[in-house]
Amino acid sequence: MKVLLLLPLLIPLLTAIISLLVWDRRLQRIFGVIGMAGLLGSAVGLLRTVCKEGIQAVQVGGWPAPFGITLVADVFAAIMVVMAGLMGLAVMVYSLTSMDKRRESFGYYPLTHIMLMGVCGSFLTGDIFNLYVWFEVMLIASFVLTELGSEKAQLEGAIKYVTLNLVSSALFLTAVGVLYGMVGTLNMADLANQLAKVKPSGLVTTASMLFFLAFGIKAAVFPLFFWLPASYHTPPVSVSAIFAALLTKVGVYALIRVFSLLFTGQTAATHGLILAVAGLTMATGVLGAVAQNDFRRLLSFHIVSQIGYMIMGLGLFTPLGLAGSIFHIVHNMLAKTNLFLISGVVHRVKGTYQLSSLGGLSRSSPGLAILFLVSAFSLAGMPPLSGFWSKLILVQAGLQAREYTIVAVALVVSLLTLYSMTKIWNEVFWKTDPAEGEQEPAKTDSFGEAESSLALLAPIVVIGCLIVSIGLAAQPVFALFEKAAHQLMNPAEYIRAVLGELP
Amino acid sequence: MTSLILSTATTYLLPLLLLLSVYLLLHGHDVPGGGFVGGVVAAAAFALYAIAHGVEEARRVLHTHPRTLIGLGLLTALLSGVIAFVSNEPFLKGLWTTVTLPVEWKLGTPTLFDVGVYLVVVGVTLMIIFSVAED
Repeated sequence: MKVLLLLPLLIPLLTAIISLLVWDRRLQRIFGVIGMAGLLGSAVGLLRTVCKEGIQAVQVGGWPAPFGITLVADVFAAIMVVMAGLMGLAVMVYSLTSMDKRRESFGYYPLTHIMLMGVCGSFLTGDIFNLYVWFEVMLIASFVLTELGSEKAQLEGAIKYVTLNLVSSALFLTAVGVLYGMVGTLNMADLANQLAKVKPSGLVTTASMLFFLAFGIKAAVFPLFFWLPASYHTPPVSVSAIFAALLTKVGVYALIRVFSLLFTGQTAATHGLILAVAGLTMATGVLGAVAQNDFRRLLSFHIVSQIGYMIMGLGLFTPLGLAGSIFHIVHNMLAKTNLFLISGVVHRVKGTYQLSSLGGLSRSSPGLAILFLVSAFSLAGMPPLSGFWSKLILVQAGLQAREYTIVAVALVVSLLTLYSMTKIWNEVFWKTDPAEGEQEPAKTDSFGEAESSLALLAPIVVIGCLIVSIGLAAQPVFALFEKAAHQLMNPAEYIRAVLGELP
Repeated sequence: MTSLILSTATTYLLPLLLLLSVYLLLHGHDVPGGGFVGGVVAAAAFALYAIAHGVEEARRVLHTHPRTLIGLGLLTALLSGVIAFVSNEPFLKGLWTTVTLPVEWKLGTPTLFDVGVYLVVVGVTLMIIFSVAED
């Protein structure tokens, strides 16, 4: 079913077009939710097809493979599209209540759809230059989303975000240029074929490192992560949440794709470096997080730390390691988005993100406290939640590959993650409210309305349930990720799906 | 500072420039031109009108909000891809047919795509120019 490959791109585009044409806040909200649900539905259909019938490929415009643009979906890409749809839908429902009228009237909904289109395009494209184009689609929409509302802090964060991402795009483009100059093709499957024939040389290593730098900035790995904690806490919480869910993961996805398909000739050097960077990313991220006193800044540093785990599996470059990476990406999208959404609810109830001025929520809203605990424990890797399994698999893969240092780092960082989650728990939920008795008016807001709190809480509850159920039913989920990792480790099937039976 | 010469001239220039922009758009498939260039010329025509008569007046002459033009343009471009798809060809494949008006006219989905580009370019450029000019 070729149409399934196109739907994750066409549905967000069509939704954005409709939003532009009607431009009525009410209708935009309705179409926004319908569009995201459609995206999720088509993505699930795509994943089912890919699992049943193998890797799917479409030659856009009818131009045959190495010349035209190919859209490809293997299991990994399909999983990522499903997650994008799921996170998009969750955040869209959440935005119905949390987004303010002013930002809505300046095009929050169409921009989000365009960004989702860019994200899905990056997952599905089989052409390295086209990947650059989808990155830009996604980035430009995200630039506007960070700035939407033009608050002072937002603009400051946006400047850092935009500058660093432009640098990364320039590096990406340079890398594509070097690669094209070397082998004369842009199709990723064809590139894999051609690069296998090229003798290992300085130029190949240069190209691979340029890609590593470009995607490393986007994925926020050590030492290129500093833009992320500086900008992710400034926009409204639903924007932070969708950024945390998707954007860095696109960088990780691109890293995994490029370093499992194209640059596999000198794994000792390239993947060894990735592994070292993974360890440093984990450690610096979590140490940064421990020092923070703002709910969302703390979470932003955790994004960085968790990225380390995701590329750890890539650095190990074993089927089990990659399966662990994919598991960790999926788990992290769920847990991290949920924590951001919860921080938004906390902000709504208490009117601040400062940990020191929060408190007492375990008594006033015990349900929220439980939802927080589920996500936080999952992030720290407590059994039986999803984070436990992903870390277990990664650690096991590390032990099998005899990389004991990285395993030790991963375990210590897990403990520190637990520590900083406990810090949030203590400050926000457990300690008595410092403002108890004096500041009642801050609480009221519109949170009391049943309808609005339903839209806020429903996504959090659903994601929380998913975290628990992935933890409890880890085996079938893991089998799926293992299949994805198997396809990544054996690119022959991918190449055949794109190029046909050509020699 | 409205200049009589400019405002009188633009009244006549606007239709001429729009005609030129459509010419560039339709001509673009075989020779230099195309949706982007045509769109820029059309947007420049409206921008000139805005300089001569003010943004309010230019908005009135445009009839719709620039945003609607962006939406319509994207929709047209999307449609040009979907046409190929529903006629059982790969998405976005160029399909051509020849229409015999007094002259023979090659008509195809790439032309439609170019019309989409034209509308998006006019919409985006005017949205920027109008909002900067109104500030």
